[in-house]
Amino acid sequence: MKKWSVLSLSVLLSLVLIGAPVGAQDVIPIGVYLPLTGQNAFGGQLELDGIKLAHMEMPEVLGKKVELFIVDNKSDKVESSNAVKRLIEKEKVVAVLGTYGSSLAMAGGEVAELAGVPMVGTSCTNPLVTQGKKYVFRVCFIDPLQGAGAATYAFQTLGKRRAALLIDVASDYAVGLAGFFERSFVKLGGEVVAKLKYNSGDQDFTAQLTEMISKQPDILFIPAYFSEGAIIMKQAQELGAEFQIMGGDAMDHPDIVKIGGDAVEGFIHTTFPYDPSMQNMSPVAQKFTENWRKAHPNADPNVNAALGYDTYAMVLDAIKRAGSADPKAITQALAETKGFEGVTGSTTINATHDAEKPVGIVMIKDGKKQYIDTIEPQL
Amino acid sequence: MTSSMFVQHFLNALTLGSLYALIAIGYTMVYGILRLINFAHGEIFMLGAYFVFWGVVLLHLPWPVAVLGAILITALTGVLVDRVAYRPLREAPRISALISSIGVSFFLQNLAVVVFSAIPRQVYRPEWLTKVMIVGKVRVLPLTLFVPALSLVLMLGSIYIVYKTKPGLGMRAIAKDIETSRLMGVPVNRIISLTFGLGSALAAASGIMWALRYPQLQPIMGVIPGFKAFIAAVLGGIGSIGGAVVGGVLLGFVEIMLVAFMPELAGFRDAFAFVLLIVILLFRPTGLFGERLEDKV
Repeated sequence: MKKWSVLSLSVLLSLVLIGAPVGAQDVIPIGVYLPLTGQNAFGGQLELDGIKLAHMEMPEVLGKKVELFIVDNKSDKVESSNAVKRLIEKEKVVAVLGTYGSSLAMAGGEVAELAGVPMVGTSCTNPLVTQGKKYVFRVCFIDPLQGAGAATYAFQTLGKRRAALLIDVASDYAVGLAGFFERSFVKLGGEVVAKLKYNSGDQDFTAQLTEMISKQPDILFIPAYFSEGAIIMKQAQELGAEFQIMGGDAMDHPDIVKIGGDAVEGFIHTTFPYDPSMQNMSPVAQKFTENWRKAHPNADPNVNAALGYDTYAMVLDAIKRAGSADPKAITQALAETKGFEGVTGSTTINATHDAEKPVGIVMIKDGKKQYIDTIEPQL
Repeated sequence: MTSSMFVQHFLNALTLGSLYALIAIGYTMVYGILRLINFAHGEIFMLGAYFVFWGVVLLHLPWPVAVLGAILITALTGVLVDRVAYRPLREAPRISALISSIGVSFFLQNLAVVVFSAIPRQVYRPEWLTKVMIVGKVRVLPLTLFVPALSLVLMLGSIYIVYKTKPGLGMRAIAKDIETSRLMGVPVNRIISLTFGLGSALAAASGIMWALRYPQLQPIMGVIPGFKAFIAAVLGGIGSIGGAVVGGVLLGFVEIMLVAFMPELAGFRDAFAFVLLIVILLFRPTGLFGERLEDKV
């Protein structure tokens, strides 16, 4: 009985798979799943706008029209896997774009992997997203690269030699990123003079900071989220800390100056290499910025919009190189992506399906977020 | 450790400890009279801080006016919470009111997320309390000296109300026996409302001071301070107002000095605070200054 049902199911499934390309002769269906509501909606909306802009500029590939199918994953893991399932089974998409958020991407990636349809993550930096996956890729860099980028900038550009770390022990992101920073910084020849911990939700960091000041570091790396980061910087300022403070992409938030006030002045953090304030934009980034401003006269583009744009463009590039819209062929071509020129820099997909690209550096200067540098991390 | 570093740690501990003490006073007062551990205390604390933000930023009130207004509105909120969530359970077993207070806590927290949004807000800080003073190598905020003084004043004020005034007499009578107090003509509901109002006003005052020290408003900002104040209250002997102050200051010193002398254990700071709670409950459940528990809880 069970055998029969498995057999008939696989017959059905293969019928569906054979049927798919036949039914979709004239258009190439591409799925998008992003958090358009819920706690991650801020990032998801911007990424969708970026994807739509790219679609408007490049509506065709291989002489066929590309059709986008967009599903909201509601910032929820279960909704994410349902969204990918629906896109693949009902809309018969040949590739899936998304999503913002590592845990959401992990839930969706599981489904895409089983179905054998390529998925390209927009901004999900945890190494686990693509680990052991044949069909899952991403357009953003991962935390080992980001940590190395921060360490490289601190050591080589700023000339810092004595680093201190303040780590939230309850956050995977913070523990991971701090570890990668430390590894690279020590490898470059620097020294970690203090490594202190705290817990998510803590608001008093005076004891840790007083201890840290006594060790006289010249740079403090805090892989924190921006709300905690702002409090840490305020207390460091009140305690008279004189060292440079540096953070990761989680500190990238438009409200950081409003909340941190003058305590965040001079603060530096790593991010993806795009910001409308950057100098010497690549032609691709320039075109993106111009077209964005035409399409959204009242809103600035940001790094999430750029990543959304790049995700679509990279998949289209893969379809072009594959010469076919077959999911397997697209997967193959994605894996071979090398030096793809995106808004967020030149991107190469490595053996683990992660994007290798430069790391951007942002500084809070004169009460404003300013993009100051792009660097190649020394891994 | 250099001596200036120790002084810096000492001042950090004093600030944190007296903030805990300030929150614990309200906690312990409500418990002492009603035998109710009001888990919503941390959320009332959060509301107090937000109300000041509203007053200053949206209504452009001068800071002292905004503070007084916020304390008043928070006190009324406390009375309202009692009316809605605790009064209907007055005759029910105590555990029901306790569970209801946990419900209120979650409700207020999520309501704050909806109304205020989860995006952190900045805090207006009057300069006379937050301008850093540099003495030798030590840096100190006027707040560091102001908060302990405020804690002492509010402690004495609360003791005065409970022991020297007529409503205070009612409070003490209710603490002994609600039914008999009612029969003796004590306006039980009014006295209990007053107790909640007072407890909430204390929570608001502590929330406002906390926000000056840790200048960020978030709907969840009351959770951890609420737990810590609970530990402080138990440490001092729950129900004892003086005990809450001693317990709070002590807890602040334990936390800061742990990091000062054993920096590598900094990640376990909260764990130590809770271990302290368990140890006290096991070996000295009445805390440092508590009365003996007999038929309470």
